[in-house]
Amino acid sequence: MVATVEPTGLTMHELTARYRRGEIAPTEATEAYFARIAERDPQVAAYLTLTREQALAAARAADARYRAGAPRGPLDGVPIAYKDVLCTEGIVTTCGSKILERFVPPYDATVVARLGAAGAVMLGKTNMDEFAMGSSTEHSAFRPTRNPWDLERVPGGSSGGSAAAVGAELAAAALGTDTGGSVRQPAAFCGVVGLKPTYGRISRYGLIAFASSLDHIGPLTRDVRDCALLLHAIAGVDPHDSTSVDEPVPDYPAMLEGGVRGLTLGVPREYFGSGLDPEVEAAVRAAIARLADLGAAIEEVSLPNTDYGLAVYYIVAPAEASSNLARYDGVKYGLRAPGGKDLIDMESRTRAAGFGAEVKRRIMLGTYALSAGYYDAYYGRAQKVRTLVRRDFEAAFARVDLLVAPTTPTAAFKHGDKADPLAMYLNDVFTVGGDLAGLPAMSVRCGFTAAGLPIGLQLMARPFDEARLLRAAHAYEQSTDWLARRPTLA
Amino acid sequence: MSTTTYETVIGLEVHAQLATVSKMFCGCPTTFGAGPNTQTCPVCLGMPGTLPVINRRAIELAVRTALAFECRVNPSCRFARKHYYYPDMPKNFQISQYEEPLAEDGGLEIDLPGGASRRIGIQRLHLEEDVGKLVHEGTLETAHASLVDYNRSGMPLMETVSRPDLRSPEEAATYLRAFRAVLVHLGVCDGNMEEGSLRCDANVSLRPRGARELGTKVEIKNLNSFRNVQRALEFEVERQARALDAGERIVQETRLWDADRGYTRPMRSKESAHDYRYFPEPDLVPLVLDPAFVAERRAELPELPRARRERFVDAYRLPAYDAAILTQSKALADYYEAAVRESGNTKAVSNWIMSELLREIGSDDERAITTCPVTPAHLGQLVKLIDDGTISGKIAKGVFEGMLRSGDAPGAIVAREGLTQVADTGALERVIDEVLAGNPKPLDDWKKGKTAAAQALFGLVMKATAGKANPAIVKRLLEAKLPKI
Repeated sequence: MVATVEPTGLTMHELTARYRRGEIAPTEATEAYFARIAERDPQVAAYLTLTREQALAAARAADARYRAGAPRGPLDGVPIAYKDVLCTEGIVTTCGSKILERFVPPYDATVVARLGAAGAVMLGKTNMDEFAMGSSTEHSAFRPTRNPWDLERVPGGSSGGSAAAVGAELAAAALGTDTGGSVRQPAAFCGVVGLKPTYGRISRYGLIAFASSLDHIGPLTRDVRDCALLLHAIAGVDPHDSTSVDEPVPDYPAMLEGGVRGLTLGVPREYFGSGLDPEVEAAVRAAIARLADLGAAIEEVSLPNTDYGLAVYYIVAPAEASSNLARYDGVKYGLRAPGGKDLIDMESRTRAAGFGAEVKRRIMLGTYALSAGYYDAYYGRAQKVRTLVRRDFEAAFARVDLLVAPTTPTAAFKHGDKADPLAMYLNDVFTVGGDLAGLPAMSVRCGFTAAGLPIGLQLMARPFDEARLLRAAHAYEQSTDWLARRPTLA
Repeated sequence: MSTTTYETVIGLEVHAQLATVSKMFCGCPTTFGAGPNTQTCPVCLGMPGTLPVINRRAIELAVRTALAFECRVNPSCRFARKHYYYPDMPKNFQISQYEEPLAEDGGLEIDLPGGASRRIGIQRLHLEEDVGKLVHEGTLETAHASLVDYNRSGMPLMETVSRPDLRSPEEAATYLRAFRAVLVHLGVCDGNMEEGSLRCDANVSLRPRGARELGTKVEIKNLNSFRNVQRALEFEVERQARALDAGERIVQETRLWDADRGYTRPMRSKESAHDYRYFPEPDLVPLVLDPAFVAERRAELPELPRARRERFVDAYRLPAYDAAILTQSKALADYYEAAVRESGNTKAVSNWIMSELLREIGSDDERAITTCPVTPAHLGQLVKLIDDGTISGKIAKGVFEGMLRSGDAPGAIVAREGLTQVADTGALERVIDEVLAGNPKPLDDWKKGKTAAAQALFGLVMKATAGKANPAIVKRLLEAKLPKI
C-alpha cells in the first residue's frame, strides 16, 4: 500500500483512520486538496467548478464531530468530487454543455444527498464529455481533461474529469456515470478502480439523463476497499426513482475478504479477438493467471452476441437521448440564444448554439430511430437484440460466478487520435454489454504498457452480486503491487 | 336537407382530470386557482435529472372507472413518451400511454329518444399527465411575450376513447352527460367543464346511408361544454354534408371549435400532423396490476347512475322521468335520498326538487347542490310540515324562499313568521261565522242554488286567515254549516 504522510496520497479508508486517530483533521485534508488542485489542475483540467467555501464549511463540521469522538461513519470528512452530470443544489451543474453553462439545480441528486449526510466533503464538479456522450472527455464544451499518466493522452470518458481527479490525487474519490462504459473505461485509462453496479442498485434521481435505461452512477476510487465503502453509502432503493430496486444493501466493506478460492471465472472468448492491443491482452491474461493462482477455476465462455452490442447501444442510447434532451429549449432554464424571431426560431437557435456536434449527431440518430416507419426496424429491433445480449450473460452466469476480460481494447490514446466518431465508438466494445444487460461490472488496475500507461481488468457479475465482484477484485488487488506506482505527475 | 342522405358517425375522446390530492408523477397539490407556478416542483417543471413516480391513487381511480365502464383491465400496462415541442410542456414530451393502455373494450349504455337505449363502445382508457398553460400578453398573433404557468403541468388525466358508435350530435351530448354522471358518481372526477376538469374532442365523419365503410374523419378540439359539443358537431355535420353534396372530398384534419363565432376552423392537416415518436417510458417500469388490487377496486364500486335510476323507480315508486332527472348527478341523487329519509314522502320530495330546487341550481352542478343553503334534511322537514298539516303547500313555497335566503330550518321560519296553519275548529268556526255575516251576496247566491258560491265563500275564509287556515278543515266546516243556513 501507499505509504505517505501527504493526505492527498491516501485512500479514503487510510485518511479516515488518521482522522479517527486525530493525526489530521478534515479541514487540513481539504485544504491540502485545494492546494494540490491549485498546483496541478491547470495541467489536468479535471474540474469545471470548485466549491471551496462549501467544502471548508462541511470539513469544519466534520472536524467538530471527530473532536467529539462521534464521526458519522467511514466517509465523514472525506474530500470527494462529483461528475458535473449530478445535480447539486445551488451549485452550477453544466453537464459539460454550453446549454447548461449557467444552470443551477434547485435540488441535490439522491447520491449527493446521501454522501452529504454521510459527512463527505464536496471539492467540486468534474469535467465530462457533453451530456456524457463520448469516451475521451474531448467532447466537453469547455476544455479537454488530460490523463495524469501522460498529459498528451485522454483520460477516457465520459467521466474523464472524475477518473483524472482520482488518478492525479486531486480528490480522495469521485462519482461518475456509466452509460456505455463511462466509469470503467476512464478508470482503466487513469489506473483507478471504477464500478458500475447493477441497474437499479443506485438511484438515478438527480443524474441528468443521457439514456435512461442505460445510465448508471458509479464510484471511482484509489482501491477496491474505497469502492466498497462508497457503494455502500449510495446504494439502495429511492422513492424518487421507480427503477431503483428494493433489494437489501449488503455490508460490502465487511465482505471484501475471503478470496477467490472456489469461484469459477469465465473468460469470454469474444473479448479477446482482433482489435485487442497485445500489451493489454498480455496484462489481462496475466491477471487471469494470477486469479487462477489464487484458487479460482478458469473456464472459457462465449457471449455470441457481443458483436451486436455496439450496434444496439448506438440505437437505444441516442433514441433515449433524443427524448431526454428535448427539454433543453431555452424556455425554462439554461441557455436562451438571442435574436429569435418567434418561438420555434428561438428554440432552434438555442439548440444550435447550445449543443456540440456529438450531441447533435446523437439527437439526430435517435430521432430517426424513433420516427414513424423506422421505429420497428431500429428501436424495436434493437430492444430485441438487447434481450439476446442479456441472455448471453444469463447463459454464461449459469456456468460461472464472474466474468473476467479487458476493460478497453487499448490503453489511453492521444488527444485528437479518434476524430472519426466510429473509431471513438469502438472504444466501448467491451463495456456496453454490461450496460445493456444492467450487470455489475468494474475495472481494476492490472498492469502498465511499456509506455507506462495503466491497463484495466474488467470483472462482471450477476445482478446484485456486487459483493462477490468486489471480493474478487480485492483479492486480485491485494496480490499485486500495481497500486504502488503513482502517476509521473504526482 | 342534405344531411338526411348521410349517416353521421361520431366518436368522442374525453379527458378527465382525476380527483387526486397530488399530481400524476410528483407530490405537488392539484388544487385549482393558486397563483402562477406556485404548485410546482423540479419533477413537474421537467428539471434535468428528475424522474416520475406513479401516483397510486390515480391508478386506483382509473381502475375504478375502467371497471364501471366494464372495460378489461390489462394485467400489465406501460407508460410511453409522446413527443412534440410546445412551451407549455416542460419536457417537450408528455408521459402518456400508447400501445399498452390501462384498460380496453368497455361500454356505456345511453338513453335514446323514445325510451330505447344503446351501448356505446369504449375502445380504451389510459392515464397521462396534463401540460401547463400559456398566457399571452394580448392575442396569440400580437403578443410581445407569452407567460407559462406550470401549475397544471403533471395533473393526472384519464383519457377515454369511445368507438365511433354515436350517430348524431345529440347522441354525442347524451353520451357525454351519461359519461360525466358515471365519473362523478364514482368520485373520480369533479366533472367541472368550465375549470377544464372534463374536456372533450370529437371525431366526426359522414357516410352515405347504408354504407359500411367509414368516411374521412375530422377531429374537432376545444369542446368545453355539453352545449358546445352539440353545437360544434351540428356545425361540422352540416359543413361536411354541404361539401359532400358539392362533390368535394373531406380532408382529414384537426379543426378547432370557435364557440364565440360558432364555427370550426382548420388547425392542422394530416400532412402536418405530428410524428409523436412514441416509445416506452424508460424511467418507469411496466405497471403490473395485482388481481387483488383490481378486486378491491371492484368491491368499492358504488351504485352507478343507471342502476340507481332503476332503483328509484322500483323502491320509491317514482315515474321514470323523475328518476332520470334525480340521478343526473350523484350529488342530486344523494340529496333526494337524504330528503326522503327525513320526510318519507318520495313523490312530494321529488316534486319539490324538480319544481323548486332545480329552478335555482343546475341538476349537474355538484358544487351548487352540495353547498345549497336548503339542506336535504330541511327540504324533508318542509315536506313533513305540509304532510302533517302544519302549513299549506302555498305557504310552504314562501317558506322555501326563506330557506334559500337564510339557510334556516323550515320549522324556525314558520315559528318566527307565525305561519302555522290554523287547524283549531273553534277558531275557524268563528272566522266562518264572521265571513258569512259580512258577505250576504255569496250566501244569497248559495241559497238560490248556485253551488259555485261555496267556492267563493271558501276563498273568503282563507283570505280572512291570511292563508294560514287548514284548507281541508275549512272545507269540511263550510260543508257542514251551509246546509243548515
